[in-house]
Amino acid sequence: MKVLVAVKRVIDYNVKVRVKPDNSGVDLANVKMAMNPFCEIAVEEAVRLKEKGVASEIVVVSIGPKAAQEQIRTALALGADRGIHVQTDEEVQSLEAAKLLKAVVEKEEPKMVILGKQSIDSDNNQTGQMLAALTGMGQGTFASEVVVEGEKVNVTREIDGGLMTLSLDLPAVVTTDLRLNEPRYASLPNIMKAKKKPLDATTPDDLGVDISPRLETVKVEAPASRKAGIMVEDVAQLVDKLKNEAKVI
Amino acid sequence: MSILVFAEHDNSSLKQATLSVLAAAKEIGGDIDVLVAGDNCSAVAEEAAKAEGVNKVLLAENAVYGHNLGENLGQLVAEVGNGYSHIMAAAGTTGKDFMPRVAALLDVAQVSDIMGVVDADTFVRPIYAGNAIATVKSKDSTKVITVRPTAFDPVSGEGGSASVENIDVVKDAGVSSFVSEELAKSDRPDLASAGIVISGGRGMQNGENFKMLEQIADLLGAAVGASRAAVDAGFVPNDMQVGQTGKIVAPQLYLAVGISGAIQHLAGMGDSKVIAAINKDEEAPIFQVADYGLVADLFEAVPELEEELKKVL
Repeated sequence: MKVLVAVKRVIDYNVKVRVKPDNSGVDLANVKMAMNPFCEIAVEEAVRLKEKGVASEIVVVSIGPKAAQEQIRTALALGADRGIHVQTDEEVQSLEAAKLLKAVVEKEEPKMVILGKQSIDSDNNQTGQMLAALTGMGQGTFASEVVVEGEKVNVTREIDGGLMTLSLDLPAVVTTDLRLNEPRYASLPNIMKAKKKPLDATTPDDLGVDISPRLETVKVEAPASRKAGIMVEDVAQLVDKLKNEAKVI
Repeated sequence: MSILVFAEHDNSSLKQATLSVLAAAKEIGGDIDVLVAGDNCSAVAEEAAKAEGVNKVLLAENAVYGHNLGENLGQLVAEVGNGYSHIMAAAGTTGKDFMPRVAALLDVAQVSDIMGVVDADTFVRPIYAGNAIATVKSKDSTKVITVRPTAFDPVSGEGGSASVENIDVVKDAGVSSFVSEELAKSDRPDLASAGIVISGGRGMQNGENFKMLEQIADLLGAAVGASRAAVDAGFVPNDMQVGQTGKIVAPQLYLAVGISGAIQHLAGMGDSKVIAAINKDEEAPIFQVADYGLVADLFEAVPELEEELKKVL
């Protein structure tokens, strides 16, 4: 079966985020960018499905500026077979991203679409669910285990208080949580090979999707900072402070 | 303005988070209706009817809503919610699962995880793991919103006397079914709503050592949490994770043990009233946000803490 994986180019996980002085957003100039960590888990899961003989082809799609092709190449180096780049320099919000992915799904007709549960920039946690709703597919969100059996997939989900397992008809959407797998690193030979793998480019216009944002960002501010308190000498003093000063125990 | 609040529950009782969503709805203003969807959950509807500020409770009882399947809830809430100015749910794993489906079906954007209400169209929400705070304005006629429960003081669960109206809307998307559930059984309070949380990090070294924290949690009536590092290392399950990618908590007291304080962790507990930290590394970033810091080997300090607490509690 064909698996479609969506990946997003975001600020690198380890970069310290700085708000622009004019409060218009976060400063991304000359900042290291990378594949969203949850998307890495999505790519890894697709590659494992292929290694098990469940997936036959992995198509990776990314929406964003020209530079997002770097993240597609990374996915190709990790084991995806070909890439689709939906190129735009405009801001793409979740609903519009879901509509673009729906257009790609209609062309590619994958049996499964795997996405990260959220991106670490906008922290929305929406696109996979929106894509599932727009295409009428079932969804296994926050997945910690994915088992394909014939025309169905069992997805174990991380929910408040524990785990829940669902059975979904294929095609289905899966969004990844942290414990689903541990992504591998791309080897140098595979990085070289990835450069020769096919990568098609398209645009929101080609796909017939209006990507005008519905949400307007009024301002972006740095969070109120918390001040460091005091250091205590020992455990007895800690307990005394918590009981008699902070009065929280 | 008319607001539909989705009630979170386990078919027998209303989750506290719903009262916080009601508080956020109250800040927006207007008539507030509550939707209770589930299987044999009329007790929840009665409980919701008593909550402060509720105009009317809509009760959709059917087996298809028994397990919070996102496909079915998405269709139900999109239909019932159509015509309301705002549709709101708690940003827990249920709301996060089905609410984007509601938004997509209504062709509107969703505003996720709000921590403040500016006006009926404008909301405050964290981005970049809480390292930046965005104020966003929705241009849609219906606002689909998930609410960070810890950011709003819950309304009272008593005193209201709303009517309960049964609604006969059965939506079965037919593409998903419930297989099984494995909920952690614990007598301790729920992590997201506990008054005291004690969390362990990579410094705990293994899962077995979390028992030390559990003993202290039982003394204090606290919930036990963990950093992502402890989850990644396999010490404890993911549902204990506090941080950007786990649970957001804001207890009266957050006690961090062997947690260095990565920004992703601070994003999940930075709003706690009092933070205390025990770490052997005096340079650990957690001390920059802690009200009380103790530089010590946790394997000595935690047993000592247990003894000291026994003396004073």
